[in-house]
Amino acid sequence: MNKFAEQITSEIISNKKVGAYHHMVFSVGDIAKHAKPGNFVAISIGGATSSMVLRRAFAIYRASDRGVSGGFVELVIAPHGPGSIWLTSLAPGATVNLVGPLGTAFGIPTEPVKALLVGGGYGSAPLFGLSEILKSRGCRVDMVLGASSAMKIYAPLEGKRSVSSLTITTDDGSVGTPGKVSDVIPSLIANNGIEIIYSCGPMGMLEAITKIAEEFGVMHQCAIEESMACGIGVCMTCVLPIKGEDGVIRMLRSCIDGPVVDGSSVIWNSKRKIPEGTWGAN
Amino acid sequence: MSFDYATALGSANFNNPIFTASGCAGSGKELSQFFELRELGALVTKSIMVKPRSGRATPRMAETPSGMLNSIGLQGPGIDTFLENDIPWLREQGVAIVVSIAGESVEDYAVLARKMRAVPGISALEVNISCPNVENRGQVFACNPETARAAIEAVRRNIGGELPIIAKLTPDVTNIADIAEEVVAAGADALALINTVLAMVIDTNTMRPKLAGFTGGLSGPAIRPIAVRAIYQVHARLPHVKILGMGGVSSGRDALELILAGASAISIGTATFGDPTACLRIKDELETLLVERGFNSLKEAVGYAHREVTQ
Repeated sequence: MNKFAEQITSEIISNKKVGAYHHMVFSVGDIAKHAKPGNFVAISIGGATSSMVLRRAFAIYRASDRGVSGGFVELVIAPHGPGSIWLTSLAPGATVNLVGPLGTAFGIPTEPVKALLVGGGYGSAPLFGLSEILKSRGCRVDMVLGASSAMKIYAPLEGKRSVSSLTITTDDGSVGTPGKVSDVIPSLIANNGIEIIYSCGPMGMLEAITKIAEEFGVMHQCAIEESMACGIGVCMTCVLPIKGEDGVIRMLRSCIDGPVVDGSSVIWNSKRKIPEGTWGAN
Repeated sequence: MSFDYATALGSANFNNPIFTASGCAGSGKELSQFFELRELGALVTKSIMVKPRSGRATPRMAETPSGMLNSIGLQGPGIDTFLENDIPWLREQGVAIVVSIAGESVEDYAVLARKMRAVPGISALEVNISCPNVENRGQVFACNPETARAAIEAVRRNIGGELPIIAKLTPDVTNIADIAEEVVAAGADALALINTVLAMVIDTNTMRPKLAGFTGGLSGPAIRPIAVRAIYQVHARLPHVKILGMGGVSSGRDALELILAGASAISIGTATFGDPTACLRIKDELETLLVERGFNSLKEAVGYAHREVTQ
């Protein structure tokens, strides 16, 4: 549970189309001060008479408490459903109901380490803020971004500048190396002496990275993506099976026990079934 | 004269009529970071079972027009852990507590009632005999008068003392008033109406049911007219039995509608998912609407829609 979470009315400061996505800035007051890479916000959709009753969750791209009108958060939003299409159609000056910061954050090592950041599609968004923090702690940061095509790579110029190397992969080869992020990660780990991987993107990608991380014996923190109804831990819809330090598998909530979790603790590929041995399996 | 917002279910009294709905407020801790729980009329806990339960596989949720399907499957820690961890914390919050219990057999209800018997600081027991998210629909006790009666009798026999029993019913029956009569005869002091409505969504891309459990419970404003109908029918048949009304209430206006139909208190469920502070907003809105209509107390408005129109 993120103890800094608040519910506020937030004004949209800007909304710009970037490739297949929208980069949007929201005025959020003190939420910005407490937001950490990996945290997310949950926003009401569709206005007062909307037939969409559930919030939408978005990873925080960047946060600053030093805006002209106080704190703000930046989000990168893919308009792929009625809710996100509505949100990305709003003009600056419009207000939305926003809850944040929510969820767990990426763990920052106390010693300088060699880190690899891997993002799939708009999953790259929270990695740029993370990269800045890691760099400020003396870490070497390499980055891999993958997507189906060039339009779906989110990599702003200032983000590119903040990393030591950037490798891009696309399924259709329209930019970078044709293929998946998992094709290029092994050589990056070997060549750059990577000690920890941070990742954010679709579940299939996170599962593939977990396998590679285990082969090479490197740590892997990933931000998981599960559909949520509430984002605050009360609805129990966003669960996934996670093995605890006691060896017991439990159905944990990705909104409050995640979204950032240790990749090796997740029982992947568990859609539509409860893994054998899960606590309370029925 | 100040407005009297107090209400009662059986012998249990509450400061105001706005409760959480079972399964929609977690353990209470999650909502407590957004408001003081003691502001609620009562916190209704997630239905607890005898043993720990993982719940169903994912996907567990599908948003639908003005609603959502859930198929959680009563995930929870089991009654012993719940009584040890959750109840002491809730008592410290100074909020009235309604514990919701659910069983897979009549014997489970008896066991749960015995466990609850010696627990202090509980206002009432909600007996969930209507969760749609169980593997075997035959287990939905409230679908059948005999099983509904047996489950409530088991609780009544074992609970002892004065703890009021609120039987939670499903609208997925031919005549809900018949089931209501059965459970009241079996010892229920009040009724919770309505549980979610059994429903299904098919993903037209995969062309398979969207939820891992195939069916789920529909909640949200989409089912509100069903709740109003069920409450109206039951209040007409059993005007002296108090009703905890629920089903898609997301504003004070919606809460008023259920009260006019015959509810004495209102549980807020899905609205909390979209708005963590929905309960407090609805509590304020409802009070304003009642005062505007000239009521001096909540109780005067309960079942008002049943009155004959007079000139």
